[in-house]
Order: sequence, then C-alpha cells, then structure tokens
Amino acid sequence: MNDFTYHAPTSLDDALAALRGAEGGTLIAGGQSLLPIMKLNLAAPTDVVSLAGVAGLDGISDDGDSVTVGAMCTHAQVAGSAAVQGRIPALAAMADGIGDAQVRNAGTIGGSLAHNDPAADYPAACVALGATIVTDRREIASDDYFQGMFMTALEDDEIITAVRFPVPARAAYAKFANPASKYAVAGVMVADGPAGVRVAVTGASGDGVFRMAGMEAALGGSFSAEAVAGIGVSSDGMLSDTAAGAEYRAHLVAVMAKRAVEACG
Amino acid sequence: MSGNGTGIGASVKRKEDARFLTGRGRYTDDINLPGQLYGYILRSGMAHAKIGAVHTDAAKAAPGVHAVFTGKDMEGVGGIPTGWLIHSKDGSPMVEPAHPALATDKVRYVGDCVAIVVAETAEQARSAANLIDVEREELPAVASIEAAEADGAALVHDEAPGNVCYDWEVGDRAATDAAFDAADHVVSIDVVNNRLIPNAIEPRAAIANFDPATGEYTLYTTSQNPHLVRLLLGAFVLGLPEHKLRIVAPDVGGGFGSKIPHYAEEAILTWTAGQLGRPVKWTCERLDAFKSDTHGRDHISTAKLALDADGHFLGLHVTTRANLGAYLSTFATCVPTYLYGILFAGPYTTPAVYCEVKSFFTNTVPVDALRGAGRPEATYLLERLVDKAAVELGMDRVEIRRKNFIREFPYQTPVALQYDQGDYDATLDLALEAADWAGFEARRAEAAARGKHRGIGISTFLEACGIAPSAVVGSLGARAGLYESGSVRVHPTGSVSVFTGTHSHGQGHETTFAQIVSDMLGVDFDAVDVVHGDSAKIPFGMGTYGSRSLAVGGTAIYLAVEKVIEKGRKIAAHLLEASAEDIEFENGSFTVAGTDRSKTLGEVALTAYVPHNYPEGLEPGLEETAFYDPLNFTFPAGTHIAEVEVDPETGEVELVAVTGADDVGRIINPMIVDGQLHGGLAHGIGQALLEECVYQDDGQLETGSYMNYTMPRAADLPFFNINHNTTLCTHNPLGAKGVGEVGSIGVPPAVINAVIDALRPLGVSDMSMPATSQRVWQAIQRAKG
Repeated sequence: MNDFTYHAPTSLDDALAALRGAEGGTLIAGGQSLLPIMKLNLAAPTDVVSLAGVAGLDGISDDGDSVTVGAMCTHAQVAGSAAVQGRIPALAAMADGIGDAQVRNAGTIGGSLAHNDPAADYPAACVALGATIVTDRREIASDDYFQGMFMTALEDDEIITAVRFPVPARAAYAKFANPASKYAVAGVMVADGPAGVRVAVTGASGDGVFRMAGMEAALGGSFSAEAVAGIGVSSDGMLSDTAAGAEYRAHLVAVMAKRAVEACG
Repeated sequence: MSGNGTGIGASVKRKEDARFLTGRGRYTDDINLPGQLYGYILRSGMAHAKIGAVHTDAAKAAPGVHAVFTGKDMEGVGGIPTGWLIHSKDGSPMVEPAHPALATDKVRYVGDCVAIVVAETAEQARSAANLIDVEREELPAVASIEAAEADGAALVHDEAPGNVCYDWEVGDRAATDAAFDAADHVVSIDVVNNRLIPNAIEPRAAIANFDPATGEYTLYTTSQNPHLVRLLLGAFVLGLPEHKLRIVAPDVGGGFGSKIPHYAEEAILTWTAGQLGRPVKWTCERLDAFKSDTHGRDHISTAKLALDADGHFLGLHVTTRANLGAYLSTFATCVPTYLYGILFAGPYTTPAVYCEVKSFFTNTVPVDALRGAGRPEATYLLERLVDKAAVELGMDRVEIRRKNFIREFPYQTPVALQYDQGDYDATLDLALEAADWAGFEARRAEAAARGKHRGIGISTFLEACGIAPSAVVGSLGARAGLYESGSVRVHPTGSVSVFTGTHSHGQGHETTFAQIVSDMLGVDFDAVDVVHGDSAKIPFGMGTYGSRSLAVGGTAIYLAVEKVIEKGRKIAAHLLEASAEDIEFENGSFTVAGTDRSKTLGEVALTAYVPHNYPEGLEPGLEETAFYDPLNFTFPAGTHIAEVEVDPETGEVELVAVTGADDVGRIINPMIVDGQLHGGLAHGIGQALLEECVYQDDGQLETGSYMNYTMPRAADLPFFNINHNTTLCTHNPLGAKGVGEVGSIGVPPAVINAVIDALRPLGVSDMSMPATSQRVWQAIQRAKG
C-alpha cells in the first residue's frame, strides 16, 4: 500500500472540499472493499477522505411508506434495526447475510452502493424494492443508478447520504453464495411493492444487477413459485468462474428466484 | 495409566495454550533483532520464461533500499537440494535438475524467486521491487500432468525428456498379471487426486543474522524440522559448518507438511544477512504463500481390482501419474512412491499388488508432503475402488471389506510393509454401531420426504506412520536418517527439562511429552518442561511430520527416562547401602525392595550434582540422551463413515454426519488426540468437498486467494462422532502409532462414497473431488441425459 494523506472531515462540505482538492482522492466509508484493493496496489489514492465523522449520514428512520437508511449505516445496523426488521424484513435478512460478522460491523450501505461490486447483495435489494439513492445534491432512482460492473450514476465528487426504501407488501431475498468468498453467485430479491412485482438479480451477470422481466410478468399474474418454476434463464452474459460456470449460474438464478418467491409466503 | 490426574491417559489442558490464548506466543514474525532490515522477494509472474538481464539500478536507488540481489549475485552458492533419490524401473536414477535459490537462466513457475530487495522497511522493499526490470522471453508453459506428457510439450528442464522425473514401480507385476488372468471379476476405476494448497494460518517467515565476531549465522524460520534445515542449508547450499549455523523454529502456527521443506527463501535470507552484516527479516504475504508454499497431492490414476466369484481380492494394479511441480522439493520424490505405492494392500489380504508411478515436472509450484502425504492418495483410490467393486458385484459395501480383512499378524504385504498389529473388525464394528449404519435407510427415506438425496459412505483404511528404520529408508533412497532424539535433564532439586528433536506446531508436544516424563518419573506435571525447535539447545533430531512424534520422538524420551532411572538406581543404592539390583523405582522414589528405606528422585538428583557421598566410578549429574531408530513403521487404522444430503436442485452437498472409529495406538492425552482427529477430518473434508487448486493452461494460478480457494469453515462441518479401539504397536515401548494424519487419510473416500451413494438412484456412478455443488449438479444433469 502506498502512502496517502488521510482526511477526517466532520461535514459534507469539508469532505467535498478535501476530495476536490486532492490529486487522486477517494472517499472511504467502511473500507471493506477499498482497503483490500489498496493493499493489493490495485488502487493507490493520494488522499483518502473518511466519511466516518461526517454528521448526518447515520441513522435509520421509519417514514411510514418508506424506510430511510443513512449511508454510513453498517450492514449489522441495517440487519439489527427494528424499523427495517418490522417494515422490510427481507432487507434486514439480506444485510445479515453479507460477508461475515467483521464485514457486517464495518461495511456500510453507502460504501457498498458506491462501489457497486457485481456480486454485492444491496444492488438486488435496491432495484427490486425500487429504492432511491439520496446524495449530497440529488435523488437517483435505482433503475438509473446502477450502470454496470463497478459503475454508477454518481459524479466523481458526489456523496451518497442515504437510501430510501419503499415498504413492499412482501419481499424476500435468496442467495447462493460462492463457497470461498461468500459473495453472491446468484442473489435474487423478489419484491411486491408500490412499483409492482420486481425480480432483481445480483452476482450472476458481468453487467451487474439486472431484472428478470419474464418472471416479473408471470408473478404479476400469479404471485407463486409455480408461476416462475418453468421460466428458464439464459446463460448469455452470465459470469463464469471456478465456482460456477455460466450455465450453472443461470440455473441457480432460476432456483433462487423460485425460492425467494416461496419465502415471500 | 489410569487416565486420572496428569499422567499417561489424562486429558491434561495444554501447557502451551496459556501463551497461545493470551497473545504471548513467540512466532518468527514476533522476533525483531537490533539493526534489522526487511527483505522482499520478487517473484516471477510468468510460469515459464527465459531470463535475460535483470535491471536493478532503479530499485537500488529507491528510498530506504540497502541492496538488491539477483540470481547472478548468488552464482556459486549451492542449489536447493532434495532429500530422496528415487530409481526408475530400469534402475536409472531420477532426473534431479538444479534448483537455484534465485532464478538464473529461467523462471519455472509463477512464484519462482527472482530477486531480493532489502530495505529499511518492508513497505520500502516491496515498493522498490516494482522498479526491477526483468528481461524475459516467455516460453510455453506446461501447467498440468496432461500438458507435461503431451507430444512436443515444452520442457521444464532440458535434462528431463518428456518432463519425466522418474518412472517407478513397486510390487510383483507378473504375479499381479497372473491374478488378473485367474479373476472372475475385474473392476476398474479412474481417479484424480485434487491438488491442494496447504494454508497454514501462520505464513512462512524468516529472520537471518550473521555475527562477524563469531562467524555464526542464526536463522529463525517457520520450520517443522530445524535440524533438517540446518543440514540442507549448511552442508548443501551455503557450505557452512554446523557449529556456525543455528536454526531456530520458535512457535510455529501450523505446517501440515508445507513447513518441512528447506525453502529457497531460507537460503536467500541467510546468504543476504552474511553479505550485509545485518539481520534481514522476511514474512511471506498470504497471496505469495498461495504461489510459493509447497502444494500437495495432484495425481491422476487408473486402477483395477481382480476378484474371485465370492468377492475375495486377488490382485490390484495401479498406474499413477504424479505432478512434482517445477523443482524437486525436499520430500517431493518419496511422497508419490514410498509413501504411496506401499500402502496399496490397505487392511486387505490382496495377495498380489503392483503399482507404477510416473512423476512429472510442470510449471507449477513444487509439490511436497501435505498432511498424509501419499497415504491419502492411496487410501482414496483403494476405498473408492473397493466401493465400486461392491456395487458392480452386487455385494454389500461392508461385507466386501470384512471378507478381505487381514486378521493374522504380523502380516507381510506384497508391497514391502509388514504390519505388526491391528484389529480391523473391531474398528469397523464400532463405527457401524456408532453411526447407526443399520438404521440408515430410514434416514434416507426421511430425507427424501424433504426433497433431499441422502447417502452414506464408508472407508476402512490403514496408514503407515513414523517412517523408519533408517537403514531401510536409506536403502530406498532417503538421504536422511529417520530416528529421533530425546534428552532428559533432571535438575538438582528434581525438576526436569526435556529436549526433543521433534517440533510442535500445533500438536501439543509440550503437554504430551511432559505427561510421559512426569508419569514415568513420578514428578509433578508442572515440574517438567519441554524444549524443542532450537538447534543450539536440542540434540540432532529429524522434526515432526508423518505422525511420527509420539511413536518415534516419544519413544526416544521414554528411553532417556529409563536411562535416568537406571543411573538414579545406582545413586540411590549407594545412599541406601544396598545393591542396585534391589532398588525399586515407583512414584518418584527409589526403595530397597521389601523395606521402607527410600530416597526421592529429588534427593538422588541433588546427590548427583553435589556428589559428596557418591558411588565410586559413577559420573556426576543426572541427564541422559537417547536416540531411537524404530524397527518398523507404525500402522494406525480405522473406519470412517460419512453421511451427506444432496440438494438436487442446486447440487449442494451437506455433510450431516461423520463417525470415526480409530486405532491410533496408545493415547497419552485423549483431548489432544481428539483435537488432532478433528483437524485431520476437517482437512480431509476440505479435500473431498471444497478445496481445489486450479492452474490455467498458461500456468497462472487461478485459485490464488481466498476469493476462490475454499478452505473448510466450522459451518461446513458436523459435530464429529469420534470413537476409539486401541491396539498397541508391538515394537515401541509406548505402544504408540500416530494420529495427526488419520482424518485427512481416512475420511475423503468415505465422503465421496457417500455422495455417490446419494446420487446412485439418479444414475450417477462417479464423482470427483472436490464434490462442489456445480460438479454435483453437472453430474445429475449428465445422468438425466
């Protein structure tokens, strides 16, 4: 890891100023993705601007028809939140299945979404639930936010402040994890919410999170495991690695989708 | 030997855990010497390339850098030696290419050592290494056995045509052929024994120092056998006399065989410290460990079993191709031969056995011993084949084994070994009962009602541990002895220091050996401390591997204690004005037989060191050393049973039960023995279900991190149902056999046999390790057609 200048601002304005003033600066939230790639010299920022002390990025609120999660909330906080557990239990369960205990106690929802790892869990939750990504300057719909592997709609100096999740009538997440890394090989969030029935898949595609239109239509007609059981998933564009080739991955997407529907009850 | 208190048979809490559990362990990386510098090893990123000039000027000019050395600088220093000479079928010696510590003309695997950068800090050394420019001409790589033996394959070493190191055999081929001619049934199998990466929790590390005043080198290193390193490094690489080279292996966090070999880094560090006159420290990073710690296994085999109409085994023929990697690591050549081929009788009376092994060089990390080392490969093949024979002949899987068990001892196998003792029926019966084998079909039906395919698998295995005796292994090509040393020093007031040539890197020797000595001498357990790992303190010893420490090292200690008692008897006789023959020793006291006149060990020890009133002609002091060279291997054996449930939708295999019934010989500390069994089982289950080292065709290591190399986790394992039936080894006084490798040898075939049993109703009849969910799902799809 190369030397870098560490900044610990306490306000969004100071964080933005530090980031804009750096030659090759980066934000750090929980550091669960950034630090490993810095250790491997895959990232070598000149400046690291921590959001840990920035006011106003924490907290989870129940807003009636939605739940708003502060960007710096850890996965453990989301999993343990009474508001999330009560209103969107699928989201709490999903957060409880991220990584391991150490990762869940350090990694944040904002950090995960800014990084947009194609095997991360949150993208599926955001897209399926129709979440809104709130930044220091605007609100971005999930459908517009995710732009492919490690790519998002964020400007270079834009900071996520919160994520607003509409409360669905029902939702569930089913994940098949890589046995080594425990990242999603196929993670499917099914939600029946204000935006209709949505099926969002993470971990499987080289383009990041995607929706399964055929399954959404089928579930819109009859919300049952039987409705999606016969719907095949194409292996075109699926990731392929030592744990799962494209064909197996496509199969797992179908199985996880069915199981998520079953788990919706 | 009651099992109470702290003596032999008691589950004494481990002495060493007080420091391990409170952060007071002293591992190599914990050691810092005044004025130390840090070394970083630049490794090859190419699997196979010619090296031209290595430009180091920019690195040398980088901040904090003291020196950069390349293979050219180390020319004239000896290469890294190998410890076992194998002869081929035709009598020719194996091909033994040079292994320069730092690559000179070629690099031969991703991870091969190219240069060392020495700097004020580890980070400076690492950064400066990026500035080294190596002129390379990439060559085609051979990254697998199949690639190595292909027509026109690139040669890893020019002197090894066809990339063959040797073509070895054991057993009587003609007798085996005759057995097949007479057979009613022949059952064949093809198996791959998957390549594994060892992953000790403590990465390798070393810190070397040179004292110009004394001319003495000291190397602290993560080794399972410091004297072996001293012998190889001193005599073969650097040309240093033993009294000027001290090797210390302090606390070591796991080895599993990967810390047996003498590694290039140890030579590079020691040589560099001599060049600079300052200590140099190096700690392997985890990603470098994946591509530089010796790997294990990697066999492709085909075998056939001849049977008569009743299912008696008549003959076994095994043909194996083994991958040795790019260079010959210390015990690389004996693992697929003398630790493999001679195991093929197993616990069975097969009268004719023949095994041939062709070993190949490839552009991969050198392969060496890994927990079990040859014996897991043999056991996996044999127990898979026996299961297949039962299925093909329509026989019960248990009965075919029982029908062929050896029951008369000693038993001379057709492949060199002579078993001294065993009771394979007893462990089989114990395991069947403990696993409720008879009730399995009900469990299968219950699982089926939940949509799961449940299967049960069995392995009745035998292993050979404590490889010996030295004269025999020497005649087979070993370049080292395989005895062990033990010294027992009774201090003037009766406390005891024990010095052992074995090395503990997780096995709990400080506890086990203290139990033996305190039990024998009748002194408090806490009055006995065990010293190991420092060539300046201990007598020459061979270290710890092959489950040898108790059977060989423990016996050396036992014999040294006997010598202490014998000498104490003479001193006590003098003090008690009796004849030494009339002195009895029990519970720490020397007593004149039939009287109440006695002297304690402490009184005798004090007399030995303050010999005012002392036997004429007897040396003062009470300290004895014994070197023990065993008469034979030891033969632990047992039965392992695994039960799995397969999810047919995803192919996931859940291991729901593992039962072991093991005969490991005399148990000194049951808790430690069970811990060793648990660890070995986890290792074996890892091989069966999770672990697989994959190289790409170009020699890049695909599974080069924990992102895609799957180690077993606690959640992957069931609670282990461990049972013991002990028979004693007949040729060492402790009756000890060995336990460290039992799980990794016995359980993999039980797990795979269970997976195949689960899938058999779906039409699946074969499964490779590891039985990952994808592999199982694909097998199910293929069976569906």
